[in-house]
Amino acid sequence: MEFYLAILVGLIFAVSTYMMLSRSVIRLVLGVALLGNAVNLLIFTVGRVTREIPPIIPNGFKGMITGIANPLPQALILTAIVIGFALFSFVLVLTYRAYESLGTDNSEEMRIAEPEDVLVSELTY
Amino acid sequence: MLVAVLSGFILAIFAPTIKRFLGYRAGWVLALLPASIFIYFLSLYDQVMTQRAVFELYEWVPTLGINLSFYLDGISLMFALLISGIGTFIMISSGGYLKGHVNQGRFFAFMLMFMASMLGVVLASNLIAIFFFWEMTSVTSFLLIGFDHLRKAARRAAFQALVVTGLGGLGMLGGFIILGVSVGNFELVEIMQFGTEIKDLDLYFVILVLVLLGAFTKSAQFPFHFWLPNAMEAPTPVSAFLHSATMVKAGVYLLMRMYPILGDTIEWSVILGTFGAFTLLSGTFIAIRQTDLKRMLAYTTMASLGLLVMLIGVGGEGAIEGAVLYLFAHSLFKGGLFTVAGTIDHEAGTRDITKLGGLRSKMPITFFAALIAALSMGGIIPLVGFIAKESMYHALLHGNNYTLILLAVAIIGNAFMFAIGFAVALKPMLGKLGDMPKAAHEAPIMLWIGALVLGICGLAAGFGITYLGSTLIHSAVSSINNENASTELHLWAGINMPLILSLFTMGLGAIIYMNYHRVRIFADDVLNWIGWGPDKGFDQFFAGLLAIAQWVTRNMQNGDLKTYMRYIFIMLALVIWVPMFIYGAFPSIDLTKLVTPTFYEAGILLMAVLGLYAVLVAKSRLTSIVSLGILGFSVALLFMLFGAPDLSFTQFMVETLSVVILALVMTRLKLDKSDRKYGLYAIISAIIATAVGTGMTLLLLRVMQTELDMSLSNYFTKYSAAIAHGHNIVNVILVDFRALDTLGEISVVMTTGIVVLALIRLKPKVDNNKDQNEDNLKGSVK
Repeated sequence: MEFYLAILVGLIFAVSTYMMLSRSVIRLVLGVALLGNAVNLLIFTVGRVTREIPPIIPNGFKGMITGIANPLPQALILTAIVIGFALFSFVLVLTYRAYESLGTDNSEEMRIAEPEDVLVSELTY
Repeated sequence: MLVAVLSGFILAIFAPTIKRFLGYRAGWVLALLPASIFIYFLSLYDQVMTQRAVFELYEWVPTLGINLSFYLDGISLMFALLISGIGTFIMISSGGYLKGHVNQGRFFAFMLMFMASMLGVVLASNLIAIFFFWEMTSVTSFLLIGFDHLRKAARRAAFQALVVTGLGGLGMLGGFIILGVSVGNFELVEIMQFGTEIKDLDLYFVILVLVLLGAFTKSAQFPFHFWLPNAMEAPTPVSAFLHSATMVKAGVYLLMRMYPILGDTIEWSVILGTFGAFTLLSGTFIAIRQTDLKRMLAYTTMASLGLLVMLIGVGGEGAIEGAVLYLFAHSLFKGGLFTVAGTIDHEAGTRDITKLGGLRSKMPITFFAALIAALSMGGIIPLVGFIAKESMYHALLHGNNYTLILLAVAIIGNAFMFAIGFAVALKPMLGKLGDMPKAAHEAPIMLWIGALVLGICGLAAGFGITYLGSTLIHSAVSSINNENASTELHLWAGINMPLILSLFTMGLGAIIYMNYHRVRIFADDVLNWIGWGPDKGFDQFFAGLLAIAQWVTRNMQNGDLKTYMRYIFIMLALVIWVPMFIYGAFPSIDLTKLVTPTFYEAGILLMAVLGLYAVLVAKSRLTSIVSLGILGFSVALLFMLFGAPDLSFTQFMVETLSVVILALVMTRLKLDKSDRKYGLYAIISAIIATAVGTGMTLLLLRVMQTELDMSLSNYFTKYSAAIAHGHNIVNVILVDFRALDTLGEISVVMTTGIVVLALIRLKPKVDNNKDQNEDNLKGSVK
């Protein structure tokens, strides 16, 4: 099963990269959201997958239990999903504000910080 | 010795205040410091003679073997005496020369700092300490050359000197570090004990070249000489002190210091001999073309430095003795001549030799000082310059064919310097009264005293050479040669071969002097024909460097987001693919061993892929948002199927929220529906994206073929019920084992919330003017 998941991870990475290379900032934000999913799934797959047995210890059971899903990547991903969501909403609001101020979502037209025609001044002693 | 070095830096702090109270007369007061340092070193004289060296050590960074250690032997004593002795008179003449200058106090401070750094260079025994003081001299030299910072020429000269000597210093540091690490010690005293082992090192040649780079740039050897004549933009006391008598000799000092460590090999004598000889010849040749007194002297300084380097290259007791004598004589006569040039400039208002003339009756003392300096430079008995010349001829005569060639070079060089020396001393003085901007009369004592005393010292050294030769010179030569020198020096050694060569040199020099004008025109024609020089090259190099920098900046930092993203993802693809190719670490895929997914697993995978495809090709943004949701839900279902219910719930909630928020925001933006990429750019993006995607898949598959370290997971599994009393291991990890991380995560979410709120609440500033302008534009179009 890991094989198929690996291919899916690669596909999400590819689409996310393609989206992030866009002129449109909105598509870039979508790319960021996809990237989060890709990375989460990557971590999940690296931790090896087991079918249908969640990492929960039965009542009254003390000591080592085997055959359950690996809990460590799950804990990591849980944090990552929440942080990823925070990042996503922040980037989205930034885009929204940039659009309100500049009237465009095309990154080529956003040139206030780095104007096109300003060159480095010549060397003088 | 620490006090002697540091006192200059400390007094430099107070120099501007002293100047404010005393005016230009502060020169007399401040000269007391170099004078007392001079006396201090004289008092150490006997100790150096009896013990060969005095050593002091202060710990600085002992763990790295870097100490503030001082080592005083014959050669450093000679340098220290020259620096403090000449420094005394330079401080006095700075008082007179810059009388009334607004920043004279600052000038005094720089001069004192320089003097202290220079003393540091010649006294320091630790390689790193030498480098430190060495760079300090470069920095103070930069400040002094650019002292008149309102003139562009001064700024350029200062920058050039700093770049050239700084580059050399960096090379030298590299050489020092390799040397220090190779022998395991940074103390000169200890390194000198190693003998020939260092010359057998594999890295010997590298060390040699790097150290020579430092020495050659500092001592203005061709092709690094060009900064020295330009440094004449500095006030004349600076030229006299830094750029003739002391700082430029730092390179020569370094070579003398390194002679017992690195010297006396074939590489050493070939490199030093060639560069020295070429510098000597080209220096004199360019010097004769000049009409500016200071530039004439600057190029002869370069030539003299070439001569010194050449002699050190030859090596052996005789040549070293010649070098030490010449170095001593040169500091005296060149410091004197520069002071004379400054005095003439100060009084007559010009340094142009074609305009000056007939000053001998107006400035008799200056004339006398100039004359004895020129006699020493020309190597005429009984001045010390004569003995230096005899000594070097003697050494070069008693060598092999190689030294005979260098002897011929030395004779030609000396003849030229004879002519130029007398041209500087006599041309402004003899003949008719020249056409000068100022009516010249004798300068105040502060200006001429230095030149006079230095000239008399040269004369006294000539007469007292037998005594000097058996003490200071003897000790200096012995410390360079690392053994006891044997030759005795006499002012008159009878009629011998060196004397005949000396007479020949003078004759040749006299002929050049007689035909000075013709020789100058010839030199001018030749140099004009050559046209290009390192000085011009320096400007071209920096123009080119800036052009490249600008080109790189405009391409790398072009203000276009998608360019930056492209660079980032190209790098990511390279980071994944290149190591895989280098180490051949591709995953081995055995298709027969694949587990077939169940129909619902396959269904979810298919749903995910369809979602992805829809995101990619969606015509409207709303469609892509919904498709993004489809992919997110598929991932959530995958989590669910593979034993991660917690993840699944969180993912469902987050995806739902994301889609809702995105949809809300999108409806508020009036966007073009389509945002297709076009042509080549789309293809490039697709290639990069494919490279990243397939790379990630291969990387993941490869990683999964390695053993998974389960120790942490096992630890959590084992103890989550036992000690944390929780049965859901994932939850226990989050709220118990790694609770602090979760706290951090909550803080991040909270901060984001505040920022989002602030961003939405803040209304954009309406730029009224801009709107108006746009309205105007629209109006005009209509």
